[in-house]
Formats: sequence, C-alpha cells, structure tokens
Amino acid sequence: MTALQGLRIGPVGLRFRLRPLVVPLAALALTVLVVALNIRIGDFPMSVGDVLRVLVGGGDAAEQYIVFDLRLLRTLTGLLIGAAFGVSGAITQAISRNPLASPDVLGVTPGASAGAVGVIVLASSYGSVAGVIAGIGLPVAALIGGLLSAALVYVLAWRRGVDGYRLVLVGIGVQAFMLNLTYWLLTIGDVTQAGQALVWITGSLNGRSWADLVPVAIALAVFLPLSLVGAHVLGALQFDDDTVRNLGTRVELSRFVLILIAVVLAAVATAAAGPVFFVALATPQIAQRLAGTARPPLVASAVLGALLVSVSDLIARTAFGIELPVGVVTAVLGAPYLMFLIIRKRREVRA
Amino acid sequence: MGALARRRRRRIVGLLVLLGLAVLAGLASIAIGSKPIGLDAVWHGLVAPTGTENDIIIRSLRVPRTELAVLAGVALGIAGSLIQGHTRNPLADPGLLGVTSGAAFAVVVGIFAFGMTSLYSYVWLAFIGAIATTGLVFLLGSAGRGGPTPLTLALAGAAVSALMVGLISAMAVIDQQSLEAFRFWRVGAVAGRDPVVIGQVLPFLAAGLVLALANAPGLNALSLGEDVARSIGQHVLRTRLLGLVAITLLTGGAVAACGPIGFVGLVVPHVARFVTGPDHRWLLPYSGLIGAVLLLVADIIGRVIAWPSELQVGIVLALIGAPVFVGIVRRKRLVRL
Repeated sequence: MTALQGLRIGPVGLRFRLRPLVVPLAALALTVLVVALNIRIGDFPMSVGDVLRVLVGGGDAAEQYIVFDLRLLRTLTGLLIGAAFGVSGAITQAISRNPLASPDVLGVTPGASAGAVGVIVLASSYGSVAGVIAGIGLPVAALIGGLLSAALVYVLAWRRGVDGYRLVLVGIGVQAFMLNLTYWLLTIGDVTQAGQALVWITGSLNGRSWADLVPVAIALAVFLPLSLVGAHVLGALQFDDDTVRNLGTRVELSRFVLILIAVVLAAVATAAAGPVFFVALATPQIAQRLAGTARPPLVASAVLGALLVSVSDLIARTAFGIELPVGVVTAVLGAPYLMFLIIRKRREVRA
Repeated sequence: MGALARRRRRRIVGLLVLLGLAVLAGLASIAIGSKPIGLDAVWHGLVAPTGTENDIIIRSLRVPRTELAVLAGVALGIAGSLIQGHTRNPLADPGLLGVTSGAAFAVVVGIFAFGMTSLYSYVWLAFIGAIATTGLVFLLGSAGRGGPTPLTLALAGAAVSALMVGLISAMAVIDQQSLEAFRFWRVGAVAGRDPVVIGQVLPFLAAGLVLALANAPGLNALSLGEDVARSIGQHVLRTRLLGLVAITLLTGGAVAACGPIGFVGLVVPHVARFVTGPDHRWLLPYSGLIGAVLLLVADIIGRVIAWPSELQVGIVLALIGAPVFVGIVRRKRLVRL
C-alpha cells in the first residue's frame, strides 16, 4: 500500500502521497526514451547525433523529411492519441464506477468505426453514392459517426438527469447496434476493403498527416487542464447521486462537462488513428494500480496511455518484418501487464 | 392471498406465457422462409412426413435451424445472467470470460496455420478454444490466496479477451484467407449449420443448463456479499467455480454451433431482471426463455426483411434488438446488480 510521506518544516506540516507523483514522472521519462528510439529507428537508420542535428535545423532535405514528416509526425500522433484515450477512459470509468467502461460504452468508438468502415466499404462498391461518400474522407466520417453516436447515448440516457447506471445500459445498446452494423459492413465489401477496414478498426498510425495530429493536440491542450479542474468532482461522483447532492456539487453539470471531455478526446483520437484497441480500457486501470489511488488518476492515465501507444508502435513497426497495426500490439502488451498488476496487487494486499 | 403467493403465481404465469411465445415463434420459424409453408403442411412435415418437398425442407433445414436458435438462445440468455450475477457488472456478457474470443482465436488459428475451411471443423476448434481460454481467465482471476472476486474475474476476462482479439487481428491482417473466412464466421448465424452439430453440442449445453440451475441458490447467497455468504455456510469458491463451468459449457456450446452471437447474453439478463428482480432461481429460467424467443424472432425477421435472401441473425438481433432494449431501459425502473 502507498505510504503516507510526511514533511514538516517548523509549524507547517505537509503530508503527501509519493506514488501518485512518482508514477507519471517515471512514465514520462520512459516515454521520452521511447520517443527518441522511435525517431532514430527505421528503414533509414540514423544515429542520435544525426537526429539531433536535423531537429535543430540541420541535415539535408531527405533527412529532414524522414525525421519531421515521417517519424516525428507519427511518434507525436501516437503520443497524443495515447494520452487522449487514457484520459477519456479514466473519466468514463470514474463516472460509471465501472472498470470495464471505456469510450466504447459512451458510443464514441463504435460510432466512429461504423462511420469509417461505411466509407471504406460503400465508397467504392456503390457507384452513385461513391463520389459523395468518398469525398467526406475517413477522419471526418469517423468524427461525425463518433460524435453523433455519443450524442445519441447521452440523449437516450437522459431522464431527469443522467444516472451512471442507465448511461452504461444505454451505452451497451448503442454499442451493440454500431458494432454489428460494422460487422455487417465488413461482410458486404470485398476482401481488400475488409482488410483495410480491419486495419482501421484495430487502430493504426501508418501514413498519418499533420491534419490528423493537430485536432488531437488542440483538444488535449483545451480539455486536459479543464478535466484536471474537474478532477475533484470525479472524487465526489464515486458516491451515489443523493450523497453527491448533499456534498453540494452541481452533479448534472459536472457530469455533463466531464462526459463531454471524455467524448471529444476519444472522438478526435479515433478520427486520427482509429479506435486503438484496449488503450482506453487498460491504461486507467494500470495507472490506478501503479499509483495506488482509489480511482483512475487523470495525469498518470494520460502519460501511461502515451507510453503504451508509443512502445507498441515501435514494436509494430520494427519487430515483425512487416508492419502491423499498432492496435494489435497495444492489446498484446497491455493485457498481460494489466494481469500481472492485478495478481501482484492482490498478493501484496493479502500478505 | 398474501403478496408473496401472488407474486409467485404471477411469475409462474409469466413463465408459461413465455413458453407459449417460444412455441409460437418456433412454429413460425418452421413455416416462414424463402419458400413459405402453410401451417397444415408444417404439421404434416413434423408429425407424419411422407417425403414431399415441403417435408424435406422442414425436416432437413427448418427444424434443425429452429432447434439451434432455441438452444443458442436459452444457453446465451442463461449464461449472460450467470456472468452478470457473478461479476456483479452490468457490462458483463457471456463472452467476458474469454469464451467467445478464445473460440474465435482457435478458429482463426485453424484457418491461418492449418488451412481448415469447413464449418464442421470450426465446431471443435471453437469449443476447445473456449474452454482453454476460460480456464486461463479463471486462473488469472483467482491468482493469489483470496480466490476469484467479481472485480478480478471481470478484469482478467477483459484483458485475456483483448489479447485474443489482438492476435486474431494480427493473423487476419497478415493473411487474407483467414480474414475472408473469419469475417463471415464472426457475424454469427443459425442457418446453414450441419444438423450433426446439434447432436455434438447438445450434451455440453444440457450439462451447462443443469449446473446453471444448481448454481442459482448459491449465487443468490453470494450477491449478499462474500462475507455474508460465507457466514451462512456458503462455500464461495465452489459456487464461483460451478457458475464458471456452467457459463463455459453454455457459451462454448453456443459459440461452437453458431459463431459468436453477441447481444443476447448481454441484454437478455437486463430485460429478465426488469420482470423478476434479482432472484436467480427465477431470473435464469426467464432469461433462457426470453433468449430463445429473441433469437427465433430475430432469425425470422432476418429471413423476411431480406427476402428471398437472408440477413444473419447476429446482425438482425443488434440492429433491431438494440433500439428495443434502449427503449426498455428508458421506461423501466432499473434493477441494479
């Protein structure tokens, strides 16, 4: 268990918990290391010196292209979507008080998947709609699908306020609808389209552009600080509604704003890279266990999400000879680690 | 008459009504299809077949399909109630223990590594995969001395499922043939299955059903909290284990026969709970019957809306069932787990 550390200077006593601070800092340090590796390693090997030289403005045009437009862009996208999914998942799990909840339950990722797969499959197989649908573009279709479907969940779950439990049940229904729509779309396209669609719904960082990255960066810059302000409310939302009202929090408004933040972060991240598998579900749980807190910590979830996605992308790009979608690796790395933490934690508690 | 007796009688009447609905839906499932068959001909085909074209369609296609829908519906409905009861999580479905993704993983490995292509071979692959994965989830979820708890079971299931799905995606991305076979298996269907399949999975489903019903009183006690259950003489680990074995047999059998039909196991328990409340002795039979009716009706709708072609039952269920479910959730007072 987390030890309480005491700090006392004269009459001023300060007690703070160490682990919730150390975990994000350590994860951040690891992330920086992985980012460096990600920029250095690839088909065109560069030494650390080369990379640094290019980063400060040196190098020839080809080197600049490789570092900035390929590797740095891709690495940054991975970092930011990882952070966005981590925070989104942490908020969702705290609000619904359910460790299995993630932006999937808010309708975001299933709706985005249905939108994107619809574009992939329908744009080329059905002549007359093809032009219109193809013109929308994948990220936009995903964003629209995700936001619409999340709005649907919220509106349908509203009955004199949004109760966390009803939100989850409505979310289940909408998720089932969107998922099966996606499976059905997968069966009506040809196998090449199905392959493309599969890569998209697994989550991939291949061929990202700055246009994918910028919206995620903006959303994080705006909403991450906002969600930290609301973080104390998350603590109150752990209790049932009556208790919360007695605590004097304006329940509905806070809940609406927090859900909105979770939805927007997940939606822009999904639009940028697909619903990168398992990150939003696992990262908050991993963060909570590492930090030893009672609920998923926001900052640690963000940093660990970024770390999980960038490590996974490094492996997905380099380890197999062919490039796998990053979502494959996030699941294969994240799942055993989460299991390890669950087992170890229990031993510790029982000891 | 006391309130208790009245409620009991209402519940029995409700069960009989559901049973009647299931029989009606079953008959409709035999009569309706790309070739509509009159009820007199249905009766003829069922009771005194003389080898007419109708009789052959009924006995070799429609009846097995209907049986499969009933079996899968009962199995998934009951398994769903059990897993939600054991994990006390409204997001839990029979696939949570890894049964579904384990089955899918084994099927894809069969296609990817051994080039298997027949639905017939998928049955055993799926079943073995389901059982092996559930075993893994249970071991992980109960590691440490305290044994399995709702939280660790749910998280272990989610983690192992994610691992399996990740590996499936990897194989499907690398190998187009695996993707081609997998995407059609994935949607789940009760049509076009070999009648032999029913005979193969039936013993497992029957055993699962018996164990599930035997698990009901113990599960009721557990829902008071593990400490209370222990203090009134419940053997917690044995009750959990019994439930998990029942879930595995029921879900594994259903997935092996029909592919991963989602929705039913997730949603039926919530609907049944609106009617019966949290008492598992009532909840389980209600869930089974509601599951059967739901699957039969969805399968019929799939034949009608895309006539003369068909839409797979797994798809219909979610596309039509989900809005209905959301409607129910909005109307009813929610029964919490």
